[in-house]
Amino acid sequence: MAQTEKVIEMKGITKKFGEFKANDNIHLNVEKGEIHALLGENGAGKSTLMNILSGLLEPTSGEIYVNGKKEKIDSPEKANQLGIGMVHQHFMLVDKFTVAENIMLGKEKHRYGFMDDQGAEKDVKDLSERYGLTVDPSARIEDITVGMQQRAEILKTLFRGADILIFDEPTGVLTPQEIDELMDIMKKLTEEGKSIIIITHKLDEIKKVADRCTVIRRGKSINTVDVKETSQQELADMMVGRSVSFKVDKEASKPKGPVLEIKNLTVKESRGLEAVKGIDLEVKAGEVLGIAGVDGNGQSELIQAITGLTKVESGTIKLDGHDITGKKPRQITETGLGHIPEDRHRHGLVLPMKLEENMSLQQYYQEPFSKNGFLKHDKIKEYAKKLIKEFDVRTQSEESTAASLSGGNQQKAIIAREISRDPALLIAAQPTRGLDVGAIEYIHKRLIEQRDNGKAVLLMSYELDEVMNVSDRIAVMYDGKIIAIVNADETSENELGLLMAGVPLEKAKQELANKDIKAGTAGAAGNAVKDGKERETVANDESK
Amino acid sequence: MLTTNQNRFNALLIPTLSILLGFIFGALLMLLFGYNPIDAYQAMLMGVFNSPYFMGEAMRQATVLTFTGLGFAIAFKAGFFNIGIAGQLLAGWVAAIWVALSFPDLPRIILLTLSIGAAIIAGAVWAGIAGALRAYFGTSEVIVTIMLNYTALHLTNYIIRNVLTTGNTTDRVSDNASLSVGWLTDLTQGSRINMGLFIAIIVVILYWVFMTQMTAGFEVRAVGLNPDASTYAGMSAERNIILSMLISGGLAGLGGAVHGLGTFGNLFTQSGLPSLGFNGIAVALLGLGNPIGIFFSSILFGVLDVGAGFMPNRAGVPDEMADIVIAAIIFFVGANYIIRVALDKMQSNKTAEKGGE
Repeated sequence: MAQTEKVIEMKGITKKFGEFKANDNIHLNVEKGEIHALLGENGAGKSTLMNILSGLLEPTSGEIYVNGKKEKIDSPEKANQLGIGMVHQHFMLVDKFTVAENIMLGKEKHRYGFMDDQGAEKDVKDLSERYGLTVDPSARIEDITVGMQQRAEILKTLFRGADILIFDEPTGVLTPQEIDELMDIMKKLTEEGKSIIIITHKLDEIKKVADRCTVIRRGKSINTVDVKETSQQELADMMVGRSVSFKVDKEASKPKGPVLEIKNLTVKESRGLEAVKGIDLEVKAGEVLGIAGVDGNGQSELIQAITGLTKVESGTIKLDGHDITGKKPRQITETGLGHIPEDRHRHGLVLPMKLEENMSLQQYYQEPFSKNGFLKHDKIKEYAKKLIKEFDVRTQSEESTAASLSGGNQQKAIIAREISRDPALLIAAQPTRGLDVGAIEYIHKRLIEQRDNGKAVLLMSYELDEVMNVSDRIAVMYDGKIIAIVNADETSENELGLLMAGVPLEKAKQELANKDIKAGTAGAAGNAVKDGKERETVANDESK
Repeated sequence: MLTTNQNRFNALLIPTLSILLGFIFGALLMLLFGYNPIDAYQAMLMGVFNSPYFMGEAMRQATVLTFTGLGFAIAFKAGFFNIGIAGQLLAGWVAAIWVALSFPDLPRIILLTLSIGAAIIAGAVWAGIAGALRAYFGTSEVIVTIMLNYTALHLTNYIIRNVLTTGNTTDRVSDNASLSVGWLTDLTQGSRINMGLFIAIIVVILYWVFMTQMTAGFEVRAVGLNPDASTYAGMSAERNIILSMLISGGLAGLGGAVHGLGTFGNLFTQSGLPSLGFNGIAVALLGLGNPIGIFFSSILFGVLDVGAGFMPNRAGVPDEMADIVIAAIIFFVGANYIIRVALDKMQSNKTAEKGGE
């Protein structure tokens, strides 16, 4: 960064929502040609700040300078004119349209009033070649991978003339390999003179790609640091405001007999296609079995089948020695299942109901919570109070609605309810989704505790770090099958990444061995390959 | 704590505002067509409250509305829009009269129990059809109950003309099947107010107990608020759909029995569906699903209904206009959602201005 021309300067930005200050006197400046990371926990105010920059929100006070000129960005169009473009976390693409059509959307090329498809595809091709963003312009969005979709999204912003690109949590949906590719693309973009702001809470990504990093905590900008001179630990401590332990403390597991036995299980998804294609799986008492995989490879359906929420097509499921295939959710729960569901708002809680009612959602019909069909409100309240205290659920009172709690506390409430029933098998699906470092730390500890108490834990997560840190064994799912089961302390992020992309274990091992040899000479690429044992464990693997 | 107080305040404020807005809108309409709204409203209120007879009539109307309102409310709590209350009420009415006419000489207590029981079952079955179709085949309960309304209407007329009698009106039921209570009739100078009032009060209490104190009511509420989470927690969505529809229809049928045995003492061919069924929806919405709220909004509707009859004679407002005014009030009651949103906005603006400490 020879020149230090400031393309964006945000001075003293404050944004109030009612009494709440989402942004409180935030300062941010981005230099030309740099990748600037915006780091902060969930709800720290990153998105608010970026929404202000992209014209979706107006600041309560503060000034914004673009290329040295004071500007009032009062609409997304204005941001566009100023060359500010956002690559959204949830892609704004039309599934049924081709890549080219999506990129042109709103600015269609036409000849004599007819759409000029060839012209559009050529334009897209030129653009993609210039920035090294390989895409097939004539492919439909629904037919291409998530990584490709993201490229289309990036091309869309470039096509609209963006010089300053904002990436909002761009890696959440990508495989490790796709993430590496994205990092390369970002670097290439800055070489072409673009400036990039990347919103993230993943420290390893910042270390890999960013030049400078601005840390935001509770709406305030804490510091802007040079990434090269700052360690991950320092970044994390700045983000959370206290010293954070990354490593999940756990001893080696002492597995006993099987608690969950799945044989040749087949499950169909809602559209009638096979989502789980003949799976065999065993979870033992005293171990955490992690299920890794890219979203949509049958993990959700597998869990719904075990918990009785989806019909089992064929195969058998045994829990604690009892056949639970095709049983109703309540029978399965009573057999000894605790389930922290993937979607806590849809399955985990009845949001408009009181917290105390939600706390006994699995047990309200049993004594002491009710007798002869009548609820015992005092017992329900007492129990809720106990759990709130024991699991440190932050709430105004046990009579507050579940909806009034923050995401982390809602999750704690569910975990309290499920763990306190002391189930033989605990299924945790995406248990830390959208939570901040502190809550994640706590939840992981609880899962390990459950394991140490001799219970079986099945952990499903799309976050590799989480699966690797908490699990003892890892089953990788790809296309409805378990492609491999590996020991957590013998595998690596890269190996799992290859498995998740459908590469068989033998081949993955071979490929990594080759790469290692090459890396020895090529140097830079070696950083990407990290051995499982010396891997810096990153606990802040929140994702939306 | 502040929020619960605020909620309680809103729970009273919203229906009050709805009613007020309805009256104001009705007044504007009357002004527009050159009638004096003050005279009209005075005629309506004085007509009812100056006469024990008409007060009794208003309460009688309110009694039936309480049943239909509670019936609608319980289905609504479980997540269903039971628009078939009118048909279920008719089914109950037919059943009650049929049983009463079949065994005229049974002792009063037995005959009443049998008649009312038959009415509850008839209403429950009529609603249960829609519930079962919804639970097992996913059919829309709105469409099914609308269709069942017409089936009930024409079936009723067929039964009257071909089964119970050959004319358009059945015989009156025996005294043993009548719900009228001597001292109440005397107190209201001969109005048709009846024992149904006490049944309604008991049902209001039972409804409250069911919804707040019983596990079955807890399930109905949970399924209504979040069927996915309820299924996850081991409740049977199908069972609760059917259960709430059975209770809903049973309450409507009970309303039919009270209407048949209490108000008229017989059954006659109907040209259309009884408005008591549809007004039950408005009553439930105005009462915000709270049984005591429903009871009081029933009384309001009873007064409106009976009082509207005074507007033509005493204030010169034609029948049609009186109906339009009542409809306007019902409209605003139904549209209380708009009022709620407006209130929310006003309150959040206020906190925003106060904010910043």
